[in-house]
Amino acid sequence: MKNNELETKTELQEESLLKSTVGRRSFLQYAGASAAALALVAAGCRKDRNFTDPMAGVTLDFKDDFGVLNYAYALEQLEAAFYIQVANSNPSGFTTAQKAYFQDVQFHEIAHREFFKKALGTAAIGSLEVNFSAVDFTSGASVLATAKTFEDLGVAAYNGAGVRLKETAYLVLAGQIVSVEARHAAYVRDQISNGTFADLGTLSAFGAVDANGLDGALTPDKVLPLAAPFIKTKINVVNL
Amino acid sequence: MNIINILDEIEKVDGEIYERLNPRRAAMKSFFNVGKKISLAALPLALGSMFQKAYGQSNPANVTEVLNFALALEHLEYNFYNRALLSTGLIPAGAATTAITTIRTHEMAHVNLLRSAITGAGGTPIVLAEANFDFTAGGTFGDVFTNYGTFLKVATAFEDTGVRAYKGQAPILKGMPVLTTALQIHSVEARHASHLRQMTAAFLNVPLKPWVGLGANGVSNDTGVPQVDPVYARENNTIQANIEITGINGTAVTRAAAAESFDEFLTGAEVKTIANLFIRTGSKLT
Repeated sequence: MKNNELETKTELQEESLLKSTVGRRSFLQYAGASAAALALVAAGCRKDRNFTDPMAGVTLDFKDDFGVLNYAYALEQLEAAFYIQVANSNPSGFTTAQKAYFQDVQFHEIAHREFFKKALGTAAIGSLEVNFSAVDFTSGASVLATAKTFEDLGVAAYNGAGVRLKETAYLVLAGQIVSVEARHAAYVRDQISNGTFADLGTLSAFGAVDANGLDGALTPDKVLPLAAPFIKTKINVVNL
Repeated sequence: MNIINILDEIEKVDGEIYERLNPRRAAMKSFFNVGKKISLAALPLALGSMFQKAYGQSNPANVTEVLNFALALEHLEYNFYNRALLSTGLIPAGAATTAITTIRTHEMAHVNLLRSAITGAGGTPIVLAEANFDFTAGGTFGDVFTNYGTFLKVATAFEDTGVRAYKGQAPILKGMPVLTTALQIHSVEARHASHLRQMTAAFLNVPLKPWVGLGANGVSNDTGVPQVDPVYARENNTIQANIEITGINGTAVTRAAAAESFDEFLTGAEVKTIANLFIRTGSKLT
């Protein structure tokens, strides 16, 4: 457990380091004052994928696979941020086993997030600012309910976006991730109520068809409004 | 479900979709009329039959092959759970029986769905009945229907195989509406696998995680059941798209978390080898 705590801390330090380096003010301070330098920096800012102007937001351009991958990157950012906060909140009633498995999930989501960031390179959108004001991180029930929504929605999002991918390699990667999200979803659901791991009848709003044994599948235009309450950064969508 | 969106989607991969549909205006018209009468649940199948009308023989034969391959696995799973539920005293009453019944119901639904899809695409669905299977795998799991622990081990292996099998076939379905259906089955199998792993962990008191973990000493099979090694081949992989996930971008992602965070696919040939262990001579998948 000691080791696990250390891992969480390292991740958080990395997070705060990230944030502190991308704050607009400090960035500009470093840049010096001349108009020419500022203009250059402004141009640089747009290309800096760690920098997101909350007013302008990020843009998901679905014209190609990069748009779909950035969409997945956005959702993974949301999930990772959620589980990082869970790991630091010690929700009431969480057992040792639950803490350990939630920590596993946390690092899976961090792995997904960082994978997309690295794979997308300069095409990656910036970091999203999240809004978890509706979540009570001290309450096990609140954390589980939110986790269930995120995982079920994540599964439906990947299932619904797969058909848009043109590159075989990306399609396989999306498949490699979505089944892990489905494993998470089943686990979280079983923690809320054992045996509800694949209660497809409760997932019809996410596109599941219980009679056919089909899980959720939602197109991005359906997923993003459901994720929006948890994301401060404006997400612009084009070519969907 | 927005039919126009779906047509737009198809246009992206098949620029001639409207030309294909155009001579079949009558089919379209009858489809829309039917659409008013059928329930939402039946819509995907109705769509399937419309696309069959549009694509007809130009539908690649290997799509039907993929669906039949999936159908064979669903037959295997359904018959396995059905026999287990009929085996008195095997599965404890209560939560366990309820869970296995839920899973059996899904596998039956998958069988029916795939059968309809194959027939709709002009193919012939593969026929496999319980008599075609040997769930002991030639005696390897001799007590599979009398020992609950053995049953759980085999069930976990089947579900993890199913997840990997669908993943491996996805590229053949790329860009097609049927891909979404396959993905919707794929994630249900992953949910089953997650629950069966939890059931196995609880009953056998082993540290099996809901996700495929890194095996002892970094081996790919985390179940401790060497007979199912082929099911977990390469599951200890930590490199995705040439990117090392362990410690990625300076994070604390461990080797175990890196392996767990991505499920791996199995090729069709690998899946057939595994499935054929449980299929009797004369019905083996080729």
